[in-house]
Amino acid sequence: MRSVVLTKGVPDFSEGAVSFDEDGHLERGKTPTVMNPNDEVALGAALQTKVRHGGHVTGVSMGPPGYASVLEEAMESVYADDSYLLSDRELAASDTWATAITLCSGLEKYQEEIADIDLVFAGFKTADGETGQTGPQTAWALEWPIVTHVLALDIDPDERVLRAKRLVEGDIDEIETVEAPLPCVVIADPEFSPTYRTASHRLTHKRLRTETQARAADHEDHLTTWNHEDLNLDPDYIGLDGSPTIVSSVDPIPKAPSERDATMIEPGDEDGMGQVLEELGAYAGGD
Amino acid sequence: MATSKRTRADDEYEHYEAVVVGCGPGGAAAAARFADHGVETLVLERGPEAGSKNVSGGLIYAEESAPYTIDDLFENFREEASERPVTDYEIHNISGNKVKTYDLTDLHEHDTEWCDAVLRRPMDSWLEQRVHEKTSETGGGVLTDVRVDGLLRENGEIVGVTCDELDPITADIVVAADGVNSELARDAGLMDWEDPDEWFQGVKATVEMDAETIADRFGIDDDEGVAHLFSGDLFDDVRGGGFLYTNEDSLSIGTVFHLDSLVAEQAEPHELLDSLLTHPLLAQWFRDEYHEREYAAKLVPDSKKVAHREPYRDRLVLVGDAAGQMQAQGPIIKGMNHAVSAGALAADAYVVSRGNADPESVGRRYTKMLERSGTMEKLRPRRYDLARTVGEHDAVANAVDRVLESPIGSVAIGNPLSKRAMKLAYNSPFLVSMLPDTATGYVTLPSIIGEEHGRTIHWDNEIEPPSLEERIGELTYDTDVGNPHIHLRDDSAEASGAAVYACPVSAEDFGGGCYRSETVRANGSEETLVSLDTQPCVECGTCAVVADTDWEHPRGGKGVEFREG
Ligand SMILES: Cc1cc2nc3c(=O)[nH]c(=O)nc-3n(C[C@H](O)[C@H](O)[C@H](O)COP(=O)(O)OP(=O)(O)OC[C@H]3O[C@@H](n4cnc5c(N)ncnc54)[C@H](O)[C@@H]3O)c2cc1C
Ligand SMILES: Cc1cc2nc3c(=O)[nH]c(=O)nc-3n(C[C@H](O)[C@H](O)[C@H](O)COP(=O)(O)OP(=O)(O)OC[C@H]3O[C@@H](n4cnc5c(N)ncnc54)[C@H](O)[C@@H]3O)c2cc1C
Ligand code: SF4
Repeated sequence: MRSVVLTKGVPDFSEGAVSFDEDGHLERGKTPTVMNPNDEVALGAALQTKVRHGGHVTGVSMGPPGYASVLEEAMESVYADDSYLLSDRELAASDTWATAITLCSGLEKYQEEIADIDLVFAGFKTADGETGQTGPQTAWALEWPIVTHVLALDIDPDERVLRAKRLVEGDIDEIETVEAPLPCVVIADPEFSPTYRTASHRLTHKRLRTETQARAADHEDHLTTWNHEDLNLDPDYIGLDGSPTIVSSVDPIPKAPSERDATMIEPGDEDGMGQVLEELGAYAGGD
Repeated sequence: MATSKRTRADDEYEHYEAVVVGCGPGGAAAAARFADHGVETLVLERGPEAGSKNVSGGLIYAEESAPYTIDDLFENFREEASERPVTDYEIHNISGNKVKTYDLTDLHEHDTEWCDAVLRRPMDSWLEQRVHEKTSETGGGVLTDVRVDGLLRENGEIVGVTCDELDPITADIVVAADGVNSELARDAGLMDWEDPDEWFQGVKATVEMDAETIADRFGIDDDEGVAHLFSGDLFDDVRGGGFLYTNEDSLSIGTVFHLDSLVAEQAEPHELLDSLLTHPLLAQWFRDEYHEREYAAKLVPDSKKVAHREPYRDRLVLVGDAAGQMQAQGPIIKGMNHAVSAGALAADAYVVSRGNADPESVGRRYTKMLERSGTMEKLRPRRYDLARTVGEHDAVANAVDRVLESPIGSVAIGNPLSKRAMKLAYNSPFLVSMLPDTATGYVTLPSIIGEEHGRTIHWDNEIEPPSLEERIGELTYDTDVGNPHIHLRDDSAEASGAAVYACPVSAEDFGGGCYRSETVRANGSEETLVSLDTQPCVECGTCAVVADTDWEHPRGGKGVEFREG
């Protein structure tokens, strides 16, 4: 099984790492970039496929050169075998459409030059853009089937089909099981969790971890960067020019006004405590 | 595909030739030996890393007469996994502030090729890596965070193991090296958790002390180490003793008591440890500085009583503590070395019996090897069985104690001639192995020796050991919230009250421990009931014996995690 995982860098929104200016705008320069958390789930799904069926996992990202660190993280934490970064100035400011077109070209080049891909995994959505469109649009561009909201995955390599449990949200959440032919795009639901119920799977997992640690130490040797020329992309159809949508403005969410006044009373303040009891008395039932 | 290779055609389960449960010294030795023989071996360990669940004193012995020693099986063990060799060995007989010290080097060196102090987290995790390397080469490996929760049976016959975390696994040979609280030995009906008389409880503090200070205070070089034992009246009437061993940059200080005696005296284990820590004799080493890195506890089997003479059933064999193979040779405690011998012998037994249609041929062969190598005789000395029937008889014991305590007895022991005789007696492995388990050996005799021959210690020991609450606070837990691993079957004080004091992380009048007793009024009468909260549990096994519980280990990776051991 050869899997590709699409992954993007996002600002590290965790406490202590993220930085906002006075107006509540994100300060990208001061906030470190990390792998999009949902992509870790997608990588987990790819890893499960590799552990169970063997094969290869490639991390692919479109973004600035700094995203190399995100791909390195993908290798380190989720054991990707190698990395491809689609990066140059012409690609800057792509919206989801232009991103999908670019990713699709990258994947097609990969198929021509490296190997046929069986599965493309993408995350549910990113922590910053949050559109959740990139995966489906990439599937559309590739003209591949797509299964979204995947909770569990079972692959039959001989029949070349996958069986997935997927979450269907509605009045009541339901889980349905679907089948799809390979190759296929899979969007992992944030609730997806890989399972390793046999000793040999766990041993394989452990072996991969050891192998990856050595590999991730010199990530650069396993990283290939392609620019728009490598991808044979017309600058008019990518980046800002190729993006039909524009973010016109971003408004910080105003702080909610407080509706009640708080009075602070120290435990030692007897008068104050008397007042509390009086106030509470109004709510006490019975006599 | 890797999986189908191992799945037997007629079987839905994954199959390994050998499954070893537990990666302590016993399991590590078995697995290493299997790998040497080319056997495909899977090792399952419930801790997040081997050693994270384990506690010992710990001196690991390499006996000259042993069939295997740990450095036979693991190259560079001493250089890479142990702390310091023991170059000086003493026992202190204590009576109040009076102490008489005997050099025990003769006893210690008897049959000893070498002996090193170890800490179990670093030692066992080192072993785990070596074992994983070795077993990977023969198609297996070590998996941590996996708890085996029972035996897999087919038509009533043991054919493998079941786990919380994995699907059932079948094997041609299952080695239970799962330690003193072996769930597998119980599942197989080979051992039980009934009689406190068959167990010791060990409690230990690992104490910070840098190498320079150790050199200075104990007067030793980097490649030297000391072992001190303590007995006498500092533990009141509880039968047992204390130890202090030097590590590279810490001290291991602890106590080992007969569990029945702890229960009978209603003693608090942490207080007994504190009695040792705060004794004036220890002031010379602490000099009022005391920083405890870790507090830990574990049951210890008494091989004289429980070492199973035929530790097998079907294709299951027990090794180490799981089989009760823990020898208390007087004050010297030998468990790790025997676990190593037994583990290696079990693997050898499998290899010579391979192909025999009768699954129990391995167990029979292993039993023979334990006997022929002299291991079983060390574990269950015949002469002890003889001496015990006389010595532990209450009437006789009391009579002996009365004579010893009488002016005549004291004079006899206080006699300058007996001074030498006593030291010789202590150093005789023969006599020591015959000592009956009465207060005489542990309390009366050492106190009298201390009293009659001892010199008075005038140092003040001002250290304050941490409280139980602080000790628990320092431990690392990954609590399995909502899924306690011990259930109280009977919460009456009669059935389970002993756990309130005998549990090393509980105490009378302490609300933050595992066991608490509370008085409830019902129908006009008062009743004392016992309640249990397993969160602070250090998984020592004590309450499995002294209380009425359903006792299991936590799921893989959950529960307490020792860093020193
Ligand atoms: C209208 C609009 C305008 C934008 N304008 C700008 C701009 O001017 N400047 C700017 O820097 N950004 C801009 N962005 C952000 C950028 O286009 C998006 O981050 C990107 O297209 C991915 O969309 P998303 O973050 O919503 O990802 P989602 O669609 O939520 O991501 C789903 C999954 O797709 C995959 N994926 C997403 N993006 C990538 C990628 N780049 N490489 C590999 N895999 C990926 C991941 O697996 C991810 O989990 C804009 C976004 C929008 C919607
Ligand atoms: C305070 C104290 C002092 C001691 N002093 C000494 C000493 O100085 N010298 C000496 O030789 N001995 C000493 N001992 C005894 C010694 O620690 C034991 O005899 C020895 O550890 C036994 O080794 P073992 O391999 O049989 O079991 P253990 O070392 O207990 O190993 C058992 C392993 O099995 C794992 N396990 C348990 N159940 C399961 C399960 N269900 N599934 C998966 N894994 C499981 C455990 O996590 C553990 O790693 C002392 C003990 C104590 C408590
Ligand atoms: S609850 Fe039981 S097993 Fe846990 S520490 Fe207390 S006595 Fe030991």
